Amino acid sequence: MKARSVHPDNKHEAIILTPLQDITTIDRWLWALLLGLIGLGGYAYVRQLTLGMGVTGMNRPVYWGVYITNFVFFIGLAHSGTFISAILRLAGAEWRKPLTRAAEAITLFSLPFGVASIVVDMGRPERLLNVISHGRFQSPLLWDFTAVSLYLCSSVVFFYLSLLPDIALCRDRLTDVPAWQHRMYEILALGWQGRPEQFHRLERVLDGMAIFLAMLVVTVHTVVSWVFGMTIQPGWHTALIGPFFLLGAIFSGTAAVVIALAILRRVYHLEESLPLGLFNSLRKLLIVFTLGWLYMMVSEFLTIFYGNIPEEMEVFWQKFTGDFTWLFWAMTILVFVVPLLIFIFRGKDSIGWMVTASVLINVGMWLERFVVIVPTETRPRLLYELVQGTYRPTWVEAVITVSMFAGMFLLYAVFTRFFPIVPVWETAEEPGAEVPPVTRRRRRFGVRR
Amino acid sequence: MPRWSMVIDLDKCVACQGCSIACRMENNTPIVSPSEAALGRSMLWNDVFPLRAEEEGAIASAKARFLTRPCMHCEDPPCVKVCPVGATYQDDEGLVRQNYTRCIGCRFCTVACPYGVRYFNWYEPAWEDGLDQHLNPDRVEGRGVLEGPAVRPKGVVEKCTFCIHRLHKARARAEAEGRDFRPDEYVPACVQTCTGKARFFGDLDDANSTVSLLAQSRRAFRLLNEAGTHPKVIYLHEG
Repeated sequence: MKARSVHPDNKHEAIILTPLQDITTIDRWLWALLLGLIGLGGYAYVRQLTLGMGVTGMNRPVYWGVYITNFVFFIGLAHSGTFISAILRLAGAEWRKPLTRAAEAITLFSLPFGVASIVVDMGRPERLLNVISHGRFQSPLLWDFTAVSLYLCSSVVFFYLSLLPDIALCRDRLTDVPAWQHRMYEILALGWQGRPEQFHRLERVLDGMAIFLAMLVVTVHTVVSWVFGMTIQPGWHTALIGPFFLLGAIFSGTAAVVIALAILRRVYHLEESLPLGLFNSLRKLLIVFTLGWLYMMVSEFLTIFYGNIPEEMEVFWQKFTGDFTWLFWAMTILVFVVPLLIFIFRGKDSIGWMVTASVLINVGMWLERFVVIVPTETRPRLLYELVQGTYRPTWVEAVITVSMFAGMFLLYAVFTRFFPIVPVWETAEEPGAEVPPVTRRRRRFGVRR
Repeated sequence: MPRWSMVIDLDKCVACQGCSIACRMENNTPIVSPSEAALGRSMLWNDVFPLRAEEEGAIASAKARFLTRPCMHCEDPPCVKVCPVGATYQDDEGLVRQNYTRCIGCRFCTVACPYGVRYFNWYEPAWEDGLDQHLNPDRVEGRGVLEGPAVRPKGVVEKCTFCIHRLHKARARAEAEGRDFRPDEYVPACVQTCTGKARFFGDLDDANSTVSLLAQSRRAFRLLNEAGTHPKVIYLHEG
């Protein structure tokens, strides 16, 4: 296959492609370290498999703990990419272009670990396929299974499609890379030639998929929350849990994009293609989400407090003054108070402050998931005065959690060394050679380019 | 088709925990170490626990009150609803059953049950001092089905079955003797053993059965009726 293709001009092309040409010693050490962490996680998991779930801190009545928290968190993190590339695409926010791929990669590489978290949480993982052979759609877990796998598949397709012209670019420009790597580009490029009608068709497909993905973003995380919301347990059984989870997902996802961008910019010297303005745009989004989070918090807890239903109040006080006081207030400070102050007073034109706030938000959002899930279980509906649960995660859960994050970093780090992390064709001066005028279908969906 | 139900008269219950022990021996419930029990991992299909003294006149009613709790075998069981694979299901006679070979151990049912009657096998079940030589050999078995007292593998959920194996045996006996099965031919182990004769068992669809008559009592109540689960275990208030 010796297809050569036309590529739109992009003056940053050389810089964007630099990281692909030279894998440094630091890279290898980093990958080795991450692999080591994954290995540790593997060891912990094998222990859990052979001895039983008893090696975790879970018990009765706290049947779900850190693993389910990770599941919700990873799926939430995955909402970064789809939000930025799909919803902002539909909204015609042009500024998103340089960061779409960095964001989508987070989606792609955190979703598998969301799925893995569920498998790790199962007592009999070897029976996973029962979900297909004996699946019951009455169970919210099946809804989850369907939604998340659909999300994973469509994210892969969407990601791959938008990567296509850049793979072709790698194929044509990177001639001095190892033979297998070049062969990989040749195969993955699918003979892309960069003809105007190809770009046109690509844009149309991406627009169409963006509509579909925008709907998926909303449904997937709502369905994730329904695993809790559909039960009648106090603290979970609220109609707000869906929107609250969704907002939290986009919130932590967007914050994760800030972190990823800052690292990429520094390590790969992409200051030119990832300008400071991006951070300022993300800052505005994040301010909105921070305030939205406060709105959700107040709606949720004021309703519970005012209603004063005994079993709900048990869980309420667990969070506000009980066993989870520290976690609850730490979460509020990390997710809301400090980030909002940073965004308003320090965040403008300051990447350091933006990253600080984003890290705090992500730590806080993990705590938020934990504080939604566990306190409810410690105060079951029947006789909460007597059956009072406690939960202390063990090293097994900690190690597996760390290894999952390591896995995500590893996939991301390796990806950035083999594919351009800034979309070259989308940020080109004259996008997609000559793109024919807007067609009828596009106008019907109200899609602007 | 009977609709199995249990009535527990709290006036007669002396909280001896005989039901718990009988259940354990009948159903091969694993025994856990004290440290595991402290973690909240003990398995008591039929649990007996003290009730909190009422706030009003706490001194006057300083008498300890107890509750004994098997599975409620709800008419509208929240656990069955959420099971992704149909490992827990409700049979034609209203029993909420658990198939150990189907269960994937996701523990959705355990968090969905408002009564906390479901138990998870955190480890491979173990018995001390040769107790494993004295396990109940009864089991409910078939293609892809393993229920009742059959020893559970680790990583699955188990619960009170109203001694489903006893029902199967009673049915088989009636069949072998070439006659119709009568609903009064079978009671679970806890009912049989109850020291204070506080437990009654039978067919709620039969208007003349003991359980039907007791269910009419003004003392009758059901646990967490407001949860909409329609339990088939009916309690009689302490007088």
